[in-house]
Amino acid sequence: MAEINRDKLLDVYTRTMKVNRTDEKFRELLMQGKVAVMYYCVRGQELVSAAAMAALQDDDYVVCTYRGQGEQTAKGIPIEKWWGECLGKATGTCKGKGGTMHITDPDTGIMVTTGVVGSGLPIANGLAMASQNNGDGKVTLVSFGDGAANIGGFHEAMNMAQLYKLPVVFLCQNNRYGEHTAYADHTDSPDISSRAAGYGMKGVKVDGNDVNAVYPAMEEAVEHARSGKGPVLVEAMCYRMMGHFFGSDFSYMPAEHLAEMAEEDPLPKLRQVMLERQFTEEELDAIVAGIDAEIDAAVQHALDAPLPDTDEIYKDVLEETA
Amino acid sequence: MAEITMTEALNKAIDEAMAEDDSVFCLGEDVAAKQGGGVFKITSGLSEKYGENRIRATPISETAIIGAAVGAALAGQRPIAEIMLMNFVGVCMDQIVNHAAKLRFMSGGQTPCPIVIRTTTGVGVGFGGQHSDMLEAWFAHVAGMHVVTPSNAADARGLMRSAIDANDPVVFIENILCYGLKAEDPGPGYRVPLGKAAVPKEGNDISLITYGRTVLDALEVATDLEKEGISVEVVDLRTIAPYDEATVLASVKKTGRALTLHEAVRPFGTGAEIAANIQEKCWDSLKGPVRRVGGTFSAVPFATHLEQAWIPNKEEIVGQIKASVGKA
Repeated sequence: MAEINRDKLLDVYTRTMKVNRTDEKFRELLMQGKVAVMYYCVRGQELVSAAAMAALQDDDYVVCTYRGQGEQTAKGIPIEKWWGECLGKATGTCKGKGGTMHITDPDTGIMVTTGVVGSGLPIANGLAMASQNNGDGKVTLVSFGDGAANIGGFHEAMNMAQLYKLPVVFLCQNNRYGEHTAYADHTDSPDISSRAAGYGMKGVKVDGNDVNAVYPAMEEAVEHARSGKGPVLVEAMCYRMMGHFFGSDFSYMPAEHLAEMAEEDPLPKLRQVMLERQFTEEELDAIVAGIDAEIDAAVQHALDAPLPDTDEIYKDVLEETA
Repeated sequence: MAEITMTEALNKAIDEAMAEDDSVFCLGEDVAAKQGGGVFKITSGLSEKYGENRIRATPISETAIIGAAVGAALAGQRPIAEIMLMNFVGVCMDQIVNHAAKLRFMSGGQTPCPIVIRTTTGVGVGFGGQHSDMLEAWFAHVAGMHVVTPSNAADARGLMRSAIDANDPVVFIENILCYGLKAEDPGPGYRVPLGKAAVPKEGNDISLITYGRTVLDALEVATDLEKEGISVEVVDLRTIAPYDEATVLASVKKTGRALTLHEAVRPFGTGAEIAANIQEKCWDSLKGPVRRVGGTFSAVPFATHLEQAWIPNKEEIVGQIKASVGKA
């Protein structure tokens, strides 16, 4: 496989660190008690989200889940609005009415963030159907976990997408846990990607901790979908390095799993690849410092921002008509 | 003047909306020519005219159908999704309730979801427990959507156009027994606004508030009782939710009595909500309690005589009206 273009590699690195630093900051604020909201950590899955978003065009559509911080920030959502929403402020993407589990920003293609496992797949088909109907050339990428592969909507959506050759990429971030249940305790088949064959669909399984595996796979899947050949199911193997949500117990994860997870951490591996490709420590640190400064400013903006008016509970229910 | 059936009215409304606006498309089971144009022929002739992308025959996958409609709507299309029979909404409630109805609100107004969910149902056809229910109350209880049902062919044409125009999800309930009803064709472009009730018969003694197929029962009862000197005003809601409260309350303030009537089971039905609202807002005008008639609180039975015993009948409606006006 050809080496990833150096500019693209830097792009993936920058997006990965944006996701990671956002996650670190969120956990820090929660630990300090400065915010008290539901947050689904993405530690361990940063690279998968970043690679996927880097493979898309700016105007492509994304559907993600409550563990969607990675897709949202890596796609380029304005972070002041993102933090505003997470803190329930009037300045948020959804005026504080959606929250961490329902971030929406059509301007950057973040069309739906669903809080219901597996519900994003059928909706992604619809976005792609619109693109097929109007010929706008967009691809829709829907992200979900291994847990979502066992809900009915997954099956219905995969079959329909392949039937119509919809321009969709189904990205299964197999983080080896569905909520608190280990993969082997919810699924007997060795992988999710092999199910694609059952729908006549292209399926690939990649190491989500290795940029040289996951980025080219995402690029190829997006290209396949955009060219009209139909959907692709990409299963990116990764680890959820924290509990299901922030603060939830994960002592149930066996010691061997934790050791394996530490070994496979995508961040040190990515940094190693960057150094091998002649980026310097200083360059990489400067990128992170720049991201941190932006995040700090966005967090402060969100903390200082006004709360939504209570009248908002009556608004946006139905279209206001005179 | 030309007459049309409700089937033709719905077909014409969809046809003209598709001709006017490229973003309108239909999806659902069996809807294209290859499958015969839908089990009740509502989309008959349309795939020939608009192609199979705009009349998309789908697998039997209700969750995928509504999910696709939601996604397409977010991308600026105006899908008309067919759920063949109303009971099958049980398969796709997550997409309707958690997504279609809530995405406008949860996104702070950024992603309205203009979809029409067409579905049909009806007691009296012999379809038994899983193909007959009126489930409008399930949707009336959810913020963020309109629930509509026509009682005649002209309204069907006008309500369908307004449903397609609406920038929010509309659950559009058809009744199998009403498809053959004929009315004078109101013609192209005709619209009946959502949220606006009709008063097909005026009266002074009691307001009979209903919608859909039972409007026919209501009108027959009203005609019969006229001969006995009881003047019944029939209110056809047309839009069940959010309903035309002004018309309902004005009628009850005039008559002083009210009876709600629906084919759906009585407990926790829409009649209960309307009755409670009337009692809160028309107390001083009321001459007696608001009464309710609805289906029996059991599954819809199969055998014809059981089905007829199950469904609200004219005797029951007459009995409740006479009890209300004190002529029992």
